[in-house]
Amino acid sequence: MEWLVLVIVLVMLVSAVAVLLLQDFLAALAALSVVSLGLSVLFVILRAPDVAMTEATIGAGLSSLLLALALRRLGLWRNRNQ
Amino acid sequence: MQRLGSALFLLGLGLLIAVIFRGMEFGTVAPIAGQLINSAAAEQVGAANFVTAVVLGYRGFDTLLELTILFTAATAGGLVLGKRSPTAKRDPDAGFILQAGADLLFPLLVIVGLYIILHGHLTPGGGFQGGVILAAAFFIPILARPGTTMSHTAVSTIEGLAGAGFIFIGLLAMFDGEAFLTPLLDKGELGALLSAGSLPLLYLAVGLKVGSELAGLLAHLSESEAVD
Repeated sequence: MEWLVLVIVLVMLVSAVAVLLLQDFLAALAALSVVSLGLSVLFVILRAPDVAMTEATIGAGLSSLLLALALRRLGLWRNRNQ
Repeated sequence: MQRLGSALFLLGLGLLIAVIFRGMEFGTVAPIAGQLINSAAAEQVGAANFVTAVVLGYRGFDTLLELTILFTAATAGGLVLGKRSPTAKRDPDAGFILQAGADLLFPLLVIVGLYIILHGHLTPGGGFQGGVILAAAFFIPILARPGTTMSHTAVSTIEGLAGAGFIFIGLLAMFDGEAFLTPLLDKGELGALLSAGSLPLLYLAVGLKVGSELAGLLAHLSESEAVD
């Protein structure tokens, strides 16, 4: 189990850093939801399925949808470099 | 100066985490309140999912305040977004594959959401999780066809009725001479679908309220004018 936790934490750390470094806002959003998804898997490993479901639905699903819609409202959802 | 502050903060955070992990093995907790609840919840509340027993049975008032916070946030979001101008252009409809996928996903998500809400007292999940899935289910058709609009009066009617229902069930307990939001009705057999008294009804109210609120908020956001 330890190595699985290690892999998940590594994936979460890498995508958390990617959120800061990515130029494309939508890509940063996708990386942000990867962090939430990893966290929800961690919650399952810690035997907290209720919290894991909340994290998966709200953290990975709803909040990224909300942020994507907010990006659309602000006109930031297209890549500036194209 | 700012960098020095960040470095100090990081050092402190690292020390804090190190101290926490030195004293505690990963995945183990010091169960003090948990043991008490685990031993008493099945008999006192009758819900097979002890998290639900805490959320609605022991801490129902907290849940009511959580709903209030969500309601305030959604209302504030609606206020900030305002009305769209009638001349603003809409996004074009999505392609065939997205539309067919949305039509396929809609009934599945509605069933999953309702299942999670109605089994909240038996299996992990409940009103909040199922409500978010319901909101996603009703938002997906809008994603596929941005021209369609959601009836905001219907959504806010469901939301208001569900919220009033939650408070009404809480008040019913007061008519019985108990405290506000005390679980009512027969506890039934542990693990049966019709068990845990009024907890499934409360979770149904929570699920409908959360679902309609978030669906309304998402629809409102997607209806707002986009900047090109």
